[in-house]
Amino acid sequence: MRSLRFILPAIAFAVITTFLLLGLKPGRDPKEIPSPLIDKPAPAFNLPLLAQADQNWSPEKMRGQVWLLNVWASWCAPCLVEHPELLKLAQSKALPVVGFNYKDEPGAATAWLDKHGNPYATIVADRNGRSAFDYGVYGVPETFLIDRNGTIRYKHVGPLTPEVIAGKLLPLAQALAR
Amino acid sequence: MTTLLIIIAERSRAAGKWAVRQSTAALIAGLLTCGLAIAATGGVTGGVTTGATPGASAGVTASVTAADAPSSTLADPSPEQARELLQSDRFRQLASELRCLVCQNQTLADSNADLATDLRNEVLRQMSAGRDDAQIKANLVARYGEFVLYRPTYSSRNLALWAGPAVLLALGTVAVWRISRTRRTSSSIAIDEAQLERVDKRLESR
Repeated sequence: MRSLRFILPAIAFAVITTFLLLGLKPGRDPKEIPSPLIDKPAPAFNLPLLAQADQNWSPEKMRGQVWLLNVWASWCAPCLVEHPELLKLAQSKALPVVGFNYKDEPGAATAWLDKHGNPYATIVADRNGRSAFDYGVYGVPETFLIDRNGTIRYKHVGPLTPEVIAGKLLPLAQALAR
Repeated sequence: MTTLLIIIAERSRAAGKWAVRQSTAALIAGLLTCGLAIAATGGVTGGVTTGATPGASAGVTASVTAADAPSSTLADPSPEQARELLQSDRFRQLASELRCLVCQNQTLADSNADLATDLRNEVLRQMSAGRDDAQIKANLVARYGEFVLYRPTYSSRNLALWAGPAVLLALGTVAVWRISRTRRTSSSIAIDEAQLERVDKRLESR
């Protein structure tokens, strides 16, 4: 009983400290919300291509391939941060990257790509953001890794970093392609 | 709760060293309460942030199927209909129970963010398509996770959140009961007649 007087506060202290420290964990982003879409089929859409508005494109076309869907916009500053990484990824030809132009002016989007380079195999334009809603997009950039059966396997919110690409995306894509 | 425990302990100060023991007990109880409260909320947000079981709220996901077709196919309501829906209590109620995901501590009703506008429009479209509240919420949860709901569902994953306060109250009650019982049984302090006489004399001499 006597020792309990010392042990109990120590336990309480440890519990509180643990949770406070977890809150301080470096790299913890309270804005990052896990997507319920992981391991669910990628929602269907049928959107016009950015380059040819009269031609539609659907993710069905990527069946049998492991691919990335990258949500971006010319008005989005963090998209410019991840852009060099996407260009490198496209150059490495590791996997096709499909651009999902989110709530953007096609003219502005095209000009942005002309200026900064185009890493995308295909680009669809979702001008009103309705299809993005089906993907649970709440901020750009967002990147989805989709497997051969059209299932979403991984989602990254915020700009892609070399660490995320080399540490998570590529190993996962390689495992899925096997 | 903590203050209550401390007050009880304070009242027994006359009992000398017992007061020390009791304030320690109160401190322990208080810390435990804090710890458990943090653990409960931390546990819940932890569950949400790690998302170990995506869409685990079975009730919600089960009712999704009907409302889960790509919503980009839903038609916009007519301007009159939209105005009517916007002013309805039902819309206000729904929008105040859904979270805007970019400005995380605001509801869809409160937020001016672009995303909130889009989500409000989506809610309007779904209302005009005849979906009920549960279907609309399920539709949003399927896309954004349970985080969009300001009122968490009653699921096993949220057990700590819902049962936590009751458990803490029970623990606090037990702590108070035990402390008060200890005080009652131990408040007899040996004072002999000679001491009492000395005190009386001193009081009289004033």
